[in-house]
Amino acid sequence: MKSEYKIIADIIEANTRVLDVGCNDGTLMEFLKRNKNIDIRGIEISKDQVQTCISKGLTVIEGNAEFDLKQFPNDSFDYVILSQTLQAFRNTEVVTKELLRVGKKAIVTIPNFGHWKVRINLLTKGIMPVTKTLPNNWYNTPNLHMCTIKDFVKFSKIMNFKIFKSLALINKNVSNINNSNLFLKNLFAELGIFLIEK
Amino acid sequence: MNIKENIKTLIIEKPLKLDCGKTIKNFPLAYETYGSLNNNKDNAILVFHALTGDQFVTGLNPITNKDGWWSFAVGPNKSIDTNKYFVICANVIGGCMGSFGPSHENPETKKIYATDFPIITINDMVNAQVNLLDHFGIKKLFSVAGGSMGGMQVLQFVSNFPDKTKTAVPIACTYSHSAQNIAFNELGRQAITADHNWLDGKYTSKNTIPEKGLAVARMAAHITYLSKKGLQEKFGRKLHERDVLKFGFDADFQIESYLRYQGSVFVDRFDANSYLYITRAMDYFDLAKQFDGNLSNAFKNTKTKFFIISFTSDWLYPTQENKDIVIALNAIGADVGFVEIKSDKGHDSFLLDVPDFLKALKNFLDKSYTEQ
Repeated sequence: MKSEYKIIADIIEANTRVLDVGCNDGTLMEFLKRNKNIDIRGIEISKDQVQTCISKGLTVIEGNAEFDLKQFPNDSFDYVILSQTLQAFRNTEVVTKELLRVGKKAIVTIPNFGHWKVRINLLTKGIMPVTKTLPNNWYNTPNLHMCTIKDFVKFSKIMNFKIFKSLALINKNVSNINNSNLFLKNLFAELGIFLIEK
Repeated sequence: MNIKENIKTLIIEKPLKLDCGKTIKNFPLAYETYGSLNNNKDNAILVFHALTGDQFVTGLNPITNKDGWWSFAVGPNKSIDTNKYFVICANVIGGCMGSFGPSHENPETKKIYATDFPIITINDMVNAQVNLLDHFGIKKLFSVAGGSMGGMQVLQFVSNFPDKTKTAVPIACTYSHSAQNIAFNELGRQAITADHNWLDGKYTSKNTIPEKGLAVARMAAHITYLSKKGLQEKFGRKLHERDVLKFGFDADFQIESYLRYQGSVFVDRFDANSYLYITRAMDYFDLAKQFDGNLSNAFKNTKTKFFIISFTSDWLYPTQENKDIVIALNAIGADVGFVEIKSDKGHDSFLLDVPDFLKALKNFLDKSYTEQ
């Protein structure tokens, strides 16, 4: 399983109710169900991935998180997970609000556009960056709203939500992000992982 | 054809109060079973049939000598695997395959009921069928499943008996018959009653049937079961057994002869009055209305695990109507999965060989069964 999933699983308390938004093939859902006795649901936009989830015995709703979160009442879940998808929505602000309405807490992970390789790409080559975590070209990327770890911290202040935990993933190693190391983590982390609450 | 000797029938002695206010008792419910009930009696699936279906789900239908209506989905190693599950299906009351219906004789008048038969509802249908559980000594079904009107029965069943099934699979259905649905059903009913052989429903006593009207009803309905794209691809403007147009009103086009054929074979197997009664039951179906307009309340406290399936090209019971059920279930935190299957085959997709559908149905059931 991806290091990112292991970190998310560690944050989530056992025996809780969790919604995985954009659950893909259900790898994380399956892990949480088996190992932490989580009452887990997923939303997934791809029909093929939904089929894969069904074949794993997971409860998944085919749908688009941009519109389909509104069917869930307030605080339906203890946690809502959004793994590397925030940047792909048309309306990031609305989706973020919805995540925090539906879930008591949300775990949001973002591919860090502030990573040094990304910066070098643009600075030296003068082209839009293509890296391991951002493998697409500018013309075919699903990512509409790329941001950096620093941007996300700033976003939390603008949107008025609290960050309870912020973690940086650097070469499969996880470390805490705080005010004093934000500059460096923003330069070296491939991924930012945030536990947030409204 | 001798219907009776090939039909298993349960006589329901217990009085059943119908939604229309009348009470029926000692009435027959015709059913069929497939596979075998295990010792724990926890492998039973109650399948509900659609408007023109019957209890002969799979294998050879002994009355029509054709494959059962859900042969693609039900049978050994199929989605609803009869090697594993005990499948029960009953002919709905109001139907014409042995269950209590308008073609039965009224014991008081010794005449065929015809339009004196009480109006029945989807609720009445499932309340009659739940008696099969007692008959087989089943406390809790593993699943209830059905498409179209069968899906409506699934929803009503779980609402009426929240503890009587572990899982539920409503397919290509709705919780409330739309104006468009009612309109098409009314068209069919008007075609039947306009036939001069209908005779106010008393056609049997005059040894005739409203053949033309029933055939037209079937033809109109059949169009609603297909998609525009499906029709275009299968028939287009292809001509029927001719190279040029004949400048007349014979079936010049293949689609015309196809529809005429569908109409003509239907009248051999279906009773016109049953068609009136069952379409009426569908039109009256509005599960939300039964709960003051709040569909979620229909499923309050349910522990049943739902799996809802719709089809992209189904315009009769479109995806959004199926999703509305998902939304109502999510509003109360029920366990509900949903998938929309890509298919050009229209509403009929659930009856046909649509691999993605059959795969999803099988995986859902088999995984849910191992986890129980």
